[in-house]
Amino acid sequence: MTLTTNPHIDKDLVPILEQVSDPEIPVLSIMDMGVVRSAIVEGKKVAVEITPTYSGCPAMDVIGDDIKAALKAEGYDATIDLILHPAWTTDWITPRGRKALEDYGIAAPLEAEADKAVLLKGEQIVKCPQCGSTRTKLVSQFGSTACKAQFKCMDCEEPFDYFKCLK
Amino acid sequence: MFNTIVEKYIMKNEDLYHYLLEIADNSLILGQRLGELTGHGPSLETDIACTNISLDLFGQVRSYFQYAGKIAGDGRTEDDIAMLRKEREYKNVLLVEQPNTDFAYTIARQFLFDVYHLLFLTELEKSKDLNLSAIAKKSIKEVRYHTRFSTDWVKRLGDGTEESHSKIQKAINDLWPYTNELFQVTEPCQAMIKKGVAVDVSQLKTNYYQKIEAVLNEATLKAPDLKYFQKGGKTGIHTEHMGYILSDLQYMQRTYPNMEW
Repeated sequence: MTLTTNPHIDKDLVPILEQVSDPEIPVLSIMDMGVVRSAIVEGKKVAVEITPTYSGCPAMDVIGDDIKAALKAEGYDATIDLILHPAWTTDWITPRGRKALEDYGIAAPLEAEADKAVLLKGEQIVKCPQCGSTRTKLVSQFGSTACKAQFKCMDCEEPFDYFKCLK
Repeated sequence: MFNTIVEKYIMKNEDLYHYLLEIADNSLILGQRLGELTGHGPSLETDIACTNISLDLFGQVRSYFQYAGKIAGDGRTEDDIAMLRKEREYKNVLLVEQPNTDFAYTIARQFLFDVYHLLFLTELEKSKDLNLSAIAKKSIKEVRYHTRFSTDWVKRLGDGTEESHSKIQKAINDLWPYTNELFQVTEPCQAMIKKGVAVDVSQLKTNYYQKIEAVLNEATLKAPDLKYFQKGGKTGIHTEHMGYILSDLQYMQRTYPNMEW
């Protein structure tokens, strides 16, 4: 469980990795997304482990390349491994990451129970990231990417994405 | 491309290679079928849903085939395994190769597979093969969403209009003969069950039909009463649809060998 809650990332690398953003959600750093599971320096070499949000996530190849480039700019030579276990969960998105999502116009994931009530029973709990109203309606269980669902706000009438809870 | 397979956990084994194909080919061929709907779904939302499910399935396939490539140990890549086999070397069940036909068929096929897939992955999580168990743990979170989506639609269509009801009932009836094959234990599967690696799918059958029938009841639909079922896919004997799928799937690799995206 230590790996789940505290990925081992060498302190010197944190500021570098924080500059790498999720290509689908540019306001979100991959660190706040929780996809970096370990990063260990040995001399000028760095071994990085990342984990996909979804198996088919097409952003992973880009994220890997971006990490390599960011580390290279600081003089490190990085190898990237994609690990599947422990599997990514939306719990790993940091509070700062959740705020970045909301500011960007994506509703942050709810807890598992509330998520089910929203997606299966049509309950109005998801808060519109534009106007804050909870009079919102599920349009589609799948949105612009596999990790999101499509919603509509019935007060400001804006459509928006909701980041689905994944546990 | 990155490597998702943990080197030290690899078991070199011919039966395991074939077992991996059995699992992964279901996702590959169903993913290909769903991919055909890109831009052709009945509405924007269902179009996106089907293609998102397809993407999840392809992602899972990549992990299985990367592992299969390591086991083969002769330089075969995930792409080679996906694109360059002959029809009889594909081990998917007949259910997943059935055509989209209309939205009712697409949903019925998805539902009949998703319920199985979820039961299957729940058991595969416990596999002694740590690479397989990791893939299962990852995939199961995605397949829960797939199952919700297809179950929801079976209920909406079944308990919807007279037309949607009759269409989904016909689709369930027509696809029912292909469900039993999901629980057939092949030789490679049997060998892997003994090692604690594979799932004994024959044990999932009762639970599967109970779950399916509960949803059908709620959807005001009837489970067909059938004595004889179709099989063959798991041993490479496919329906006529398979050749057409493969010609689509393999076209680019056959025409421009070794091409990369």
